[in-house]
Amino acid sequence: MRREPPQKLGDYAPLFFPAAMLTIFFVVPFGTMIAVSFFQRLQGGFYTPAFVFDNYARFLSAFFGGVLGFSLFLAVTVAICCVVLALPFTYMLTRMSRKVQVVWLVALLSILSLSEVIIGFAWSTLFSRTAGITNILVALGIMSEAKALTPSFGAVLTGMVYQAFPYTVLVLFPALVRLDPTLTEAARTLGASPLKAFFTVVVPALRNTLTATLIMVFIFALGSYLLPQLLGRPQHWTLSVLITDQAIYQSNMPFAAAMAVFLVLVTLGLVALTVIAGRKGEAA
Amino acid sequence: MITTSIKRRTLLGAGLAGASMLAMPSVLRAQDKSLKVGVYGGYFKTSFDKNIFPEFTKATGIAVESIAEPTGEAWLVQLEQAARAGQAPADVSMMSQVAMLKGQSTQLWTPIDMAKIKNGSNLLDRFVNKYPDGRVAGIGAVSWYITLVTNTDVYKEAPTSWAAFWDPANADKLGLLALVSNSFLLEVTAKTFFGGTNALDTEEGILKVFDKLAEVKPNVRLWYRDEAQFEQSLKSGEIPMGQYYHDVTGLAAADGNPVRSTFPKEGGIQDSGCWALSRASQKSEEAHVFIDYMCQPSIQATLSRKVGTSPTVKREVTDLTDKEFAAVSSDIEPIVPRYDLYQSKSDWLNQKWTELIVG
Repeated sequence: MRREPPQKLGDYAPLFFPAAMLTIFFVVPFGTMIAVSFFQRLQGGFYTPAFVFDNYARFLSAFFGGVLGFSLFLAVTVAICCVVLALPFTYMLTRMSRKVQVVWLVALLSILSLSEVIIGFAWSTLFSRTAGITNILVALGIMSEAKALTPSFGAVLTGMVYQAFPYTVLVLFPALVRLDPTLTEAARTLGASPLKAFFTVVVPALRNTLTATLIMVFIFALGSYLLPQLLGRPQHWTLSVLITDQAIYQSNMPFAAAMAVFLVLVTLGLVALTVIAGRKGEAA
Repeated sequence: MITTSIKRRTLLGAGLAGASMLAMPSVLRAQDKSLKVGVYGGYFKTSFDKNIFPEFTKATGIAVESIAEPTGEAWLVQLEQAARAGQAPADVSMMSQVAMLKGQSTQLWTPIDMAKIKNGSNLLDRFVNKYPDGRVAGIGAVSWYITLVTNTDVYKEAPTSWAAFWDPANADKLGLLALVSNSFLLEVTAKTFFGGTNALDTEEGILKVFDKLAEVKPNVRLWYRDEAQFEQSLKSGEIPMGQYYHDVTGLAAADGNPVRSTFPKEGGIQDSGCWALSRASQKSEEAHVFIDYMCQPSIQATLSRKVGTSPTVKREVTDLTDKEFAAVSSDIEPIVPRYDLYQSKSDWLNQKWTELIVG
């Protein structure tokens, strides 16, 4: 395939449509949200256009700091779990026959077709006392009595990792398929064990891909608001849950908008830091 | 490019289909006189379309165009913004009590002339929503109860008091509503332990009630926003006790599920919706006829039988049998939510509540 830099304005034409869509459906709503976040909330009523910082001031408290901290911690944990699980899985998958790969990929894609609601309800049933997996352990004599595993942090984490896992595999798959097999062969010839070859050759070769995957899963997990409600206790609710409460149930759009803007800024900041740290590491 | 154009066309098609669906409201009969009535979408709208509106049109000659309104306060926002532009997406709407108060703050509701509501004398006082200066802003449309529900397999004996929520024996067994403004647990706590909802008059009083309510936390397994989630767990016995809607619990029990709804001795929580007329509406005359029609004891009885709501008129004027009445209500004095608080102190209450359950 020939790739030439675009010469004329017309060469950019294919970009116009996506750019227009992005403007209409992303830039404009986001701009509106930023504007609303500075509006004046009228308690017991609606809001009026203004330019006040009250909404941001209310957010800056130990309570919301704690919730934000937990949301970030949860998203990071989900991202790490997903990559740690998906990397060896995808690596082995790429070494299998084409047929097996197709079956696995179709199965993973079908998980993506499940809505968050279905995933949440399915896991809450699996983790329940009356119908859950602990009943199997009791039948096998491993546990003395069935107990509920939800609501708990473990349940939230499991649900979210389950949801994000297919994305992780699909992002890692192309990079791992393209990985030159002679690299590992060379390592093996020089006497490295398969495990050592994996960690000293494959993982470093995929550094950039892994960083990108971590960021992607992190952002994906940060937006989750249904699974923490279905599988967790209130202390496991993310900032997204509180944003929904304010927007839908309290009709406090300015405060909800301010929280959302804050969440976006923190996310962008963290991503930027990761990218900068990655570049520095490369330069060294 | 081909794929793009197809996507665009399907998008356009979907948009057109959506727009035409919105533009074709369910007009029951084309007549000279008509009225747009907003009711909660889903079960309520279906029941009203089937059991109430056709009879109303037959009796009065006024065609009803029913509009599905979203729950929550989204509809209030739409009505308010439309009224500013002189439009009324619905003439009469069913509104929650908190939405009624918020609408009052911007004079959204046309005052109702009680002289034209001949059946108004049947109403219970608490179902007449008034402006601070005494003008009538809305009239009770339907009411429903939130009660103490239990799984009969786990609890052989029905609990008798809301105090069961505080019993250490019920650790990790409760399912409660997750929001301060829909669980009404502050009112329940005040009535059960502080002698009545007047205990919520001052901020010090509210804080005391919050402290008492905090003791419930270890017993709560689920704070739910989604009703299906709790209903399922209640039926299976996974979460065997909690607060839930009396009518729905009754239906579940009638289907053979091991659940029961109990009116505690302190009373069930009675929540309700009002009929209110938007100030932008030109159909004041028809709206009064409609509201008057809905206040008839026989219509309230039909609503109880067909929709499962509790009457907003005095019990003795209806022809409901004891069994029919018990299915939707109780003679025990109900706990009536302090809606005024959710308007005047909403942000403060919400903040304290969130800190209580999340913290």
